[in-house]
Amino acid sequence: MHIHLVDQYQAGSSIIHRRDPRIKVGLTLLFILTASLLPFGAFGAYAVLFATVMAVAVVSGVGVSYVLKRSFIALPFALAAITLPFTIPGETLLTVPVFGGIIITIEGTIRFASILIKSWISVQMAILMVAVTPFPDMLWGLRALYIPQPLISIISFMYRYLFVLSDEVLRLLRARASRSAAVPGKRSGGTILWRGKVAGRMAGSLMLRSFERSERIYNAMASRGYQGKFRSFARPSLNSTDYLFLMLGIMFFGSILVVSFT
Amino acid sequence: MHHTIEVKALKFAYPDGRQALCGVNLMVEPGRKMALVGPNGAGKSTLLLHLNGIFKGQEGSVEVAGLSMDNGNLGQIRAAVGLVFQNPDDQLFSPTVFDDVAFGPLHMGLDEHEVHHRVESALKAVQMESYINRVSHHLSIGEKKRIAIATVLSMSPEILVLDEPTAGLDPRARRNLINLLRDLDMTMLVSSHDMALVAELFPLVAIMDGGQIVAEGETAVLLADKGLLERHGLEMP
Repeated sequence: MHIHLVDQYQAGSSIIHRRDPRIKVGLTLLFILTASLLPFGAFGAYAVLFATVMAVAVVSGVGVSYVLKRSFIALPFALAAITLPFTIPGETLLTVPVFGGIIITIEGTIRFASILIKSWISVQMAILMVAVTPFPDMLWGLRALYIPQPLISIISFMYRYLFVLSDEVLRLLRARASRSAAVPGKRSGGTILWRGKVAGRMAGSLMLRSFERSERIYNAMASRGYQGKFRSFARPSLNSTDYLFLMLGIMFFGSILVVSFT
Repeated sequence: MHHTIEVKALKFAYPDGRQALCGVNLMVEPGRKMALVGPNGAGKSTLLLHLNGIFKGQEGSVEVAGLSMDNGNLGQIRAAVGLVFQNPDDQLFSPTVFDDVAFGPLHMGLDEHEVHHRVESALKAVQMESYINRVSHHLSIGEKKRIAIATVLSMSPEILVLDEPTAGLDPRARRNLINLLRDLDMTMLVSSHDMALVAELFPLVAIMDGGQIVAEGETAVLLADKGLLERHGLEMP
């Protein structure tokens, strides 16, 4: 029994890895913005964006399968749009013979497919960004793009303590497993309601412990002079390759949007 | 044979590649009390976590109370082996002391009357009856350690496995724990750095270092061998 939570950075020195974090983070955000702004049904444009992600995956050495394997995490969230094929008016695609005939429209299905594909591609680019950018660099890049400091602090602590928390959860699970006994002749495990209550209380326990721990951590930080802001070393400025990437990126996204809207 | 711990040629490596157990052979006979000593990082806690199926070795075998470590046996193994972790915070996960001590019997499917009876006798054995409605995580470490032992005693195990039971206890709590362990009549395997505890309570001792048992035998004999102790990072007080 173990929880496999590891840092997602894949070390490398490809032309992608060596870009300034501001470029990596900024272009990823522009990519996601482009994907969101594309009209529904622009499957050609979606294919071009998908090819872009695959190209970056190959050039950076991270690999296509790495990205694809992790990208399916987006799908459950995209299912929030599952009602679209049923509610958007338009030409009937097919009728489901239930409750007096539920109609699935072509327009609705196209919208649903578009949302699914757009979120899938966006998540892939985000996965790539995390894979080629060390976490502290990524936070610095976000800050340089004027994301507010409190938000950056929250993300940074959450990342650090996610690992701590997952260890804590693992220990709780082990404690429960060690006392999950069965004697022959009796039905073990209790009712589902009881097990649910125990699980709920474990979650509550975890929350309380995390809260009290966070106070101890804050005391430790204050004892070392923390006043709300982290200082870091100065960073080099953007070089010519960075500017090249930036220009090409903006031109590329711009042209995709223009072409798909005409 | 019953109430036994039998470990044969056990090898275990953590997912990150670290080889923690390099062929452990250990046998504890019914009713015997054995201490497991060794430096930090020897693999003592790792070995103990194999005894109730939390970890599964990649090679070798573990048999407790005559049951082999199959998935089907895990329920019975956990009823037979009471494992108390080093850090009591890792053991207590319910809101109140009563809930924690009652979890084991409730899971085993015992009826309500029996559960109450077991909780009361377990808390009585550790002298914590008045704590029955207290909130677990607000207790002091000594209190938590005793409640942790009670959570396991309520399941009436045949074998008791303790990981560093006296670590962090004040002299009085430590003395109470020693008296408790002395009075309990079950097979015991206890890992500890507390050599005075080992000398007082355990007739048998196994020394572990580098993922293997390097010496095993009578406590009086092994603990008198200063060279042996020093080689494995131990010393007598």
